Amino acid sequence: MRDNDSTQFDRLPETGADREVEGRPSRKAVVEWWTDRFGVEPSIFDGYTFWEKGAGRVWALPANPDPPIPVEALGLNVLRTRQEHWKPTTAGVQRFCQEATRNVVELDREKAERFLAGEDQDLDWEGDWGYLVAAHDIAGGVEPIGVGLFTYGSLQSMVPKGRRREF
Amino acid sequence: MEALRRYESIIDDFEAFLDACERPLPTVVRVNGITGSVERAVEAFEADGVAVTRRDWSDRVLEVDTEKPGNTWPYVHGWVHGQEEVSAIPACVLDPQPGDAVWDTCAAPGSKATQLADLMDDTGLLVANDDNLGRLSALRGNADRLGVTCAAVTNADARRFDPSVVDVEQFDRVLVDAPCTCEGTIRKNLDALDEASPSASRNLARLQADILRRAVELTREGGTVVYSTCTFAPEENEAVVDGVLGEFDALSVEPYDIALDHDDGLTEWDGESYDESLANAKRFYPHQNDTGGFFAAKLTL
Repeated sequence: MRDNDSTQFDRLPETGADREVEGRPSRKAVVEWWTDRFGVEPSIFDGYTFWEKGAGRVWALPANPDPPIPVEALGLNVLRTRQEHWKPTTAGVQRFCQEATRNVVELDREKAERFLAGEDQDLDWEGDWGYLVAAHDIAGGVEPIGVGLFTYGSLQSMVPKGRRREF
Repeated sequence: MEALRRYESIIDDFEAFLDACERPLPTVVRVNGITGSVERAVEAFEADGVAVTRRDWSDRVLEVDTEKPGNTWPYVHGWVHGQEEVSAIPACVLDPQPGDAVWDTCAAPGSKATQLADLMDDTGLLVANDDNLGRLSALRGNADRLGVTCAAVTNADARRFDPSVVDVEQFDRVLVDAPCTCEGTIRKNLDALDEASPSASRNLARLQADILRRAVELTREGGTVVYSTCTFAPEENEAVVDGVLGEFDALSVEPYDIALDHDDGLTEWDGESYDESLANAKRFYPHQNDTGGFFAAKLTL
């Protein structure tokens, strides 16, 4: 087993049995995580390869170049792995959770604005603890805003500082 | 505005041109089809009391009645990107197709690159390059917010770009939106003309030609290169294209259609004459469509 090289992008192995880099998740595990956690169709990742540069950061790319790829960014950073609870990114849920059916909390207008401003808030939620998709109803559909962490009756906004807004 | 006086001989209704250059620009956004749609963006803006005006030449370009389009839900969702109207021209002219390999040589801060990704249906491979690491972070932020997955971001000097870093030999299409004197941005950058002069243009022209030359070298036979700038200076526009045109037998300047008022590219300027095909390029002046100024030439191999 090699260690991760954080200076270049390397492709995730298809399955755990193909693993050559210590601790690296497989493509299969990544797709299963999204489908299990948020109930999205696995077909939304058809044609996508997944890549790691910085340890644990997983990027999705709709192409399959020959690794390694020594560039600044390759595709969209969708997930943080190599920790007990894998954490989706804001961009990841905005891009891939428009059709999510599980662990989606729909916020009313006032709560959605507070979430976007980065505030934590009390939440009446009977579902799983952990990372949820925070969404709201806008222009005829439910749209993901970002990632919230639900624990002990509270929803913590994971919206990064640079993407927070106060209307 | 003194720096613009030298264009009086090539611009019809020169006083209207100068008047337009003194007026602020309308606020315009481009709709991003990767995560959004025109219908939902319009509905969300109007629900928040922001009036929207469509544009005839592109259904993706909307004028919005707000000073801060970045502080709206459509922006937060990545459904729209604040982008000046003429800045949306070159990606339309390049017309990338789903699955293409595309290179954007000078891509930061990413308005045109993210538009290219959208036109590719976010498939294939878009190589978004810039030599300025600071500006690359703005590009990465925009690509992230707009949900672009098909881009590889590189930090290299375009004149010496090595496509093997992204496992590509040649590209189907390349956009050279070259660094320039930016005279055409005078309506939003009031100091845009401070550094503009014929000698500044001639200095930049060498860099512009070097980038365009590398773009042509890395484009496959039958592929397309678009060369664009946001300046009026012929030294940075027709003269650059004319010089590189003479270096490649297979290269030609092709006509293209776009439903905006424009002038044809110049075939002579300041005692120099250019290849007749430069008339196929287009110049967009501020008074013609109430926009910034722009130049775009479509080249094929």
